[in-house]
Amino acid sequence: MAAAVDTSLTAPAAPKPADRYRTLTAFVSCAAPAALIVIVLTLLQQALPAIEKFGPAFLVRSVWNPVTLDFGALPFIYGTVVTSAIALAIALPVGVAVSLLLAEQGAQGIRAAMGTGIELLAAIPSVVYGIWALYVLAPFALHNFETPVTDRLGFIGFLSGPPRQYSFFTASLVLAIMILPTLSAVSRDVIKAVPRGLRESSVALGATWWETTWRVVLPTARAGIFGATVLALGRALGETIAVTMVIGNRDEIPPSIFSPGYTLASKIANEFSEATGNLYPSALVELGLVLILVTLTVNLIALLLVRSTEARMAA
Amino acid sequence: MNRNVWRRFKSNAALSIIYALTGLALVPLGLVLWYTILKGFPAASHPEFYLNVERPVGIPGSGISHAIVGTAMMVGMASLIAIPVGVISGVYLAEYGHARWARWVRLASDVLVGAPSIALGLVAYAIIVVPLHHYSAISASAALSILMLPVVIRTTESAVGLIPRGLRESGLALGLPRWRVSLQLIVPAAAPGVITGALLAVARAAGETAPLLFTSFGNPLWSVDPTHTMSALPLIVFRDALTPYKELQDQAWGAALVLVTMVLAINLASRWVLRRQIRLAGQL
Repeated sequence: MAAAVDTSLTAPAAPKPADRYRTLTAFVSCAAPAALIVIVLTLLQQALPAIEKFGPAFLVRSVWNPVTLDFGALPFIYGTVVTSAIALAIALPVGVAVSLLLAEQGAQGIRAAMGTGIELLAAIPSVVYGIWALYVLAPFALHNFETPVTDRLGFIGFLSGPPRQYSFFTASLVLAIMILPTLSAVSRDVIKAVPRGLRESSVALGATWWETTWRVVLPTARAGIFGATVLALGRALGETIAVTMVIGNRDEIPPSIFSPGYTLASKIANEFSEATGNLYPSALVELGLVLILVTLTVNLIALLLVRSTEARMAA
Repeated sequence: MNRNVWRRFKSNAALSIIYALTGLALVPLGLVLWYTILKGFPAASHPEFYLNVERPVGIPGSGISHAIVGTAMMVGMASLIAIPVGVISGVYLAEYGHARWARWVRLASDVLVGAPSIALGLVAYAIIVVPLHHYSAISASAALSILMLPVVIRTTESAVGLIPRGLRESGLALGLPRWRVSLQLIVPAAAPGVITGALLAVARAAGETAPLLFTSFGNPLWSVDPTHTMSALPLIVFRDALTPYKELQDQAWGAALVLVTMVLAINLASRWVLRRQIRLAGQL
């Protein structure tokens, strides 16, 4: 819209005076890109001792020993990936269902209330999800899901016991709840951007609501929904506090998703303020560097996907 | 005919499942709120909870007044940086959105929204805590302001974008320079939307724990000096919840109740402001 306004305004041939207002606001707007650059460079600089000491092998070693100053990031990368993947698997079907409902024309009454509810889900602070998960969700999941599943399907490696309250699985459940609003809000916008004509043609041909949704709306919005999923993945990867409270804190790669573990973010949260010396904090910062590079990349990919889908549909 | 009945049945069944899944998605919201009220009430119902500072386990009358003040101060200081910078950047994006630089700003702020908050804490630690040799509330505010910045930028941009072209064009037609049109017509008209964004950012910052862990660090005593350690509601919830003492766990739930009430109140207020903005923009 802004672009259209501008071309109409620059039409007069008179030479334009220097737009100081523009220069000033443009200067202030450097803050966001500058912050991004400062964040990445600072982490890089702080992680340098660890990068120099361990090299790329840091990423694939599973040692974490502050006494012998021997560090590797693999268990934490593994934990971050596993919890985020399980959280996505849980949140995706629910999130898409929610977004289909919210994207319907004229949200009123119960649907509007549901929309507000989903948005409030995003407003609850991470630490409140954490304390709730610690005292309510974790015991519930242990008794009603983890124990019965390990009893019956324990012969499958990643479902084996003994189940623990504080585990990858519990952390994934909380994460699923926390990323659901992102997933459904972005998907809703993409689904809303599906041209009305497409929908109406399908209905005019006699298709039911579900047939229109399944065969026309969802395939059209597919790339954008995928983008929303990736964006939610970015959130899940970087989420710290709620996960820290229920992940169980163990420096290993356990075979089962019902075992305690660690994620990149929770490792930093738990240990950084106690880390002494030079190499130990530096190794923790390197975990942070890995985390932020991965989340920024994931976010960038997601944004490009969502935007290109919306632009294509607008055209 | 039979086939059509089946198709209609299938469609209705799918719609029902979608309603059911949405209902399921709302269950956690209800449960979190319910348990926070239920378990937070015993601690939060005492007046001294809001008047006193933390006391050691076993001594009655412990409170979180210092954490409430700490959260307010740190978020306030972060707002002093993030809101002006964010609003000006957002106005720039709305006014000159087609410029090449604007695209970079937009991309950067969109990516920044997703930056893990723990990483912001690490950066503030390296840039502010290390040179000063001690934890401080200002370092926490710096981290929080980076967290708030992209939220303010993007909501300001979309609020200014909502203002109809006619208003801008009439200002320009009257011969006003662009900066006066922007500052005296457009921004005041978009003010409710801008306030919404600021409130959302404040609510988000107030609930963050991760950036405070190694910046403001927490402090069991009364402290309003921004260059010293300071307590905050999320820090109390996080630390006390993980202790084995019943009193501290109750205190954590109480602090969680206060925090949720604060954050949801700000959030609902922002919605109310936004609805007015949309009505207002419709009238222009």
